[in-house]
Amino acid sequence: MAQWVEACAVDDVDEEDVIRFDHGGRSFAIYRSPENTFFATDGFCTHERAHLADGLVMDDIIECPKHNGRFNYKTGQAKGAPVCVNLKTYPIRVEAGKVMIDIG
Amino acid sequence: MAKKRDYSLVGESTRMAIETGLASAEWYHTDAARKTMKELMQRSDGPAIRDTLVWIVAILGSAAGIVWFWGTWWVVPFLFVYGVLYGSSSDSRWHECGHGTAFRTRWMNDVVYHIASFMLMRNPVQWRWSHARHHTDTIIVGRDAEIAVMRPPDLLKAALAFTGILDFRYSLPTLVRQAFGTLSDDERSYIPQMEQHKAVTAARWHMAVYAATITVAIALGSWIPLVLIGLPRLYGTWHMVLTGLLQHIGLADNVTDHRLNTRTVYMNPVSRFIYWNMNYHVEHHMFPMVPYHALPKLHELIKHDLPVANPSMWHAYREVWPVLLRQLKYEDYYLKRELPPTAKPYRGEFHDLDITAAAAE
Repeated sequence: MAQWVEACAVDDVDEEDVIRFDHGGRSFAIYRSPENTFFATDGFCTHERAHLADGLVMDDIIECPKHNGRFNYKTGQAKGAPVCVNLKTYPIRVEAGKVMIDIG
Repeated sequence: MAKKRDYSLVGESTRMAIETGLASAEWYHTDAARKTMKELMQRSDGPAIRDTLVWIVAILGSAAGIVWFWGTWWVVPFLFVYGVLYGSSSDSRWHECGHGTAFRTRWMNDVVYHIASFMLMRNPVQWRWSHARHHTDTIIVGRDAEIAVMRPPDLLKAALAFTGILDFRYSLPTLVRQAFGTLSDDERSYIPQMEQHKAVTAARWHMAVYAATITVAIALGSWIPLVLIGLPRLYGTWHMVLTGLLQHIGLADNVTDHRLNTRTVYMNPVSRFIYWNMNYHVEHHMFPMVPYHALPKLHELIKHDLPVANPSMWHAYREVWPVLLRQLKYEDYYLKRELPPTAKPYRGEFHDLDITAAAAE
């Protein structure tokens, strides 16, 4: 069931960057692509417990700050060792300058 | 009597590290503005392409010199240069490309990573995972697969490391074993099951190239193919060991702060080219996403929060030598790094081992 929550304001995320969003004991990563589109994934890397919001966004890739594991943040796809398990992605939409994420 | 360290990755120390929270712990990071860190983390192909072209030209040029001057004394300087490029600088290329930070373009990192792994006689799959573990659990006994000098130190072994003999003796049989499909318990502890078959395949490729090299050497009735492929791992390793040993030797183990178990050493420009700036090793461990060419800037940014860097390799070895001698009797002894007065201490419960008491046992 859909459960839309406000994650941040549009201006809180720079282009080609990521921020952390915590809600209800869960942690997410909110991305703004170079094409100015928003995406959301689970916050923590599937390899080890490192938050992706400390990582580097390059085009459609998020690189984990701990072991440089790479995911496509648009699809969640793990791009090779040391990450082998895909990242969960979440629907996202922008309403009146606010970034909304469906965490349901 | 202090308990002896168990460096197996599936033994008592492993269990203790997991139980005490030392394994996969949260490590200290110096505060740095996100905007600045983003700039430092930025990838670019330019510096690594430039350095790699210089590297390849120097390797091919020195190899040509070896072939041309073979049988004369003039071959010696070419062997010296080729050996260091093949047997030492490959380590830093393996390292940086393994992290995926040298080039922005992924395939460039992968190509250089596999070539450098071959030069080092390292299984590229196994070592990618062992290095991930090294970053997760740096110098955590029972967890880190890349502790170069264990306690109490074996000084003969450390000295022989400069010749490459021990590494050669370990690396080649390891590749042979893996090529026959056998991974050790330690290797299985850090290579995920889904990746283990890739390690076997990689070992088989390496062995195939060595078999081809030996065949060519026999067919030509010449040592030259082996002097160019394989043997530089013996005669050219010394610089890798000279620089690499200093990364963690003599410092604390079982702590969760890279400022205390890792060393930054200022080095001459030639060594820094060979080593691709890994002399800024505290900085690298704290922020592994920063490419080698940006490490000097990162050092300037955070050095206020780090122990003072060693001014030279000579200084660092002079600092380490008495510590190693003392560890022969008291393996709990280590060199305690002094943090600047303004630096933030971190996880004191792991760090405040009384080394005076340890030395007095």
